[in-house]
Amino acid sequence: MTTFIIRRVATIIPTLVFVSLLIFGLQQLLPGDPAMILAGEERDPTVIAHLRETMHLDQPFPVRYAYWLRGVLHGDLGESLRLQQPVRGLIADKLPVTLELACIAIVIALAIGIPAGVVSAVKRGTVWDYGANVVALWGLSTPNFWLGIMLILLFSVTLGWLPASGYVSPFDDWRANIASMIMPAFVLGNAIAAVLMRHTRSAMLQVLSSDYVRTARAKGVLERDVVLKHALRNALIPIITLGALEFGTLLSGAVLTEQVFTIPGFGKLIVDAVFNRDYAVVQGVVLFTATAYIVLNLLADIAYAIVNPRIRVQ
Amino acid sequence: MIPATAVDATCDRPRVEPVKKPRANALRRLLRRPSAAIGLIVIASFVIIALGAAFIAPYDPVATNFSTVRKAPSIAHWFGTDEIGRDVLSRVVYGARASLLAGVVSVLISISVGVPVGLLAGYAGGVTDMLISRATDALLACPFLILAIALAAFLGPSLTNAMIAIGISATPVFIRLTRGTTLAVKAEDFVLAARAIGNAPWRIAIRHVLPNIVPPLLVQATLAIAAAVIAEASLSFLGLGQQPPQPSWGSMLNTAKNYIDNSPWMAIWPGVSIFLLVLAFNVVGDGLRDALDPRYS
Repeated sequence: MTTFIIRRVATIIPTLVFVSLLIFGLQQLLPGDPAMILAGEERDPTVIAHLRETMHLDQPFPVRYAYWLRGVLHGDLGESLRLQQPVRGLIADKLPVTLELACIAIVIALAIGIPAGVVSAVKRGTVWDYGANVVALWGLSTPNFWLGIMLILLFSVTLGWLPASGYVSPFDDWRANIASMIMPAFVLGNAIAAVLMRHTRSAMLQVLSSDYVRTARAKGVLERDVVLKHALRNALIPIITLGALEFGTLLSGAVLTEQVFTIPGFGKLIVDAVFNRDYAVVQGVVLFTATAYIVLNLLADIAYAIVNPRIRVQ
Repeated sequence: MIPATAVDATCDRPRVEPVKKPRANALRRLLRRPSAAIGLIVIASFVIIALGAAFIAPYDPVATNFSTVRKAPSIAHWFGTDEIGRDVLSRVVYGARASLLAGVVSVLISISVGVPVGLLAGYAGGVTDMLISRATDALLACPFLILAIALAAFLGPSLTNAMIAIGISATPVFIRLTRGTTLAVKAEDFVLAARAIGNAPWRIAIRHVLPNIVPPLLVQATLAIAAAVIAEASLSFLGLGQQPPQPSWGSMLNTAKNYIDNSPWMAIWPGVSIFLLVLAFNVVGDGLRDALDPRYS
């Protein structure tokens, strides 16, 4: 197992190097002098001089990259020009809100996706199966920002049950927190539920046709136990990997969802940074997201190897 | 390979069987699926609407009229009007252009970069493959929309830049798919035979490998257009795609959310249009996957 982990960790190092190159290279896309653009509309000569010095703009690309990478490795993701705060601190401030949203969204996605996938596989070819597939297609095809607007129209404007926007910390008022998070979390969980449903259905169909399930049935085990205890347990193993892969979908979705519901999270941070031309924040957020995605995938692979020893041998 | 003719052992004379055309069969299987057939009709309808927007739209999509601000749907304005009196139906009709253009062009960008690079990685192998694969992993590690937002932010907000950003963000999927399928096809006997008779590697890759990896690429391209339509709408919703006053479904929704309490029609129709177009591409993509699967032959 140790060899597997070392080997797997070694494979992420070149990927991380490429990610850092890609994100640093984004600066090269800026037309003209980066210092002039990064200094904003005021074009303060002091700011421009400061940027030239801190960004080593008189140096060639590899040297600038080396300086930037050294900063990143020391936890320095740069400074927001607009807010005059370290990017690392901004991410740390906004991340808990998005993580809360993501966790509730995952719970909703699991609660919808897995039962729907199981029912669809067990009742294959019936109206239940078709119904679940239609719901999955609906989930995959609905733009989440539109779904958010429609939910606001129904639950906030028409029925007046839930707040249309805003965020309340759970430490201030947990009821208000749930009320403010339930709609955005449903919007975010909706698309993931559809993906989960499709994967669960496919895995369940495969497991239900295996020999040990046939043996369990032949022994007279109750069908409910065959499905829940024998089939579902094994079918759920690949969901570990899927959970890590869907992290990207969650963060992408959070950008739009937080925008619709005015939630001051990670997604809103990047959008605000884009409009304020706060490029250090944009780079920092993308770097953090990509690194978190790679590390989560690594953890998922290790978890998968723990529950499935064949992976280690391969 | 399917033989063009076969000799019937029970007859003295060779019996000529009709040539089976795999592509025609696949198309027939696709059209036999009601959902895929409806999906194709929906896509064709949107293409006609986009191409004939000038004839279909009842009003100029950017013409403002302050005497008809936020009017509910009526005989004069079937989908109502927006916050500066523009006809929502006309804007939805013209918005189809931006969405379809973004969907198709960004996927063409992804294919024109991803397929040659993936083919090179899969066919050349070794260090080339390793470098390309790590770069692909790096791109895949950045969530699709976040990468597209970052690229669009650095390139500047416009529909063209949004298409480039979406195209680049979707490229790694095509690289990985092409590489994987190339590795599988490379091991086939006909590729070995082509190599044995002295064909150049680039010729084998283009003439023998490429035609055999088209079906999975076609399926991926269809599903990628669906994702690109949503991505363009998302970027326009955030203000990074089509710029005002030109109509785009995403930017229409961005404006509509501010008037949702008293003008909900502004939000309904652009959203329904995105949903229908994306659903149609998803359904056709799923249908193509089944139709092109040899197990269904």
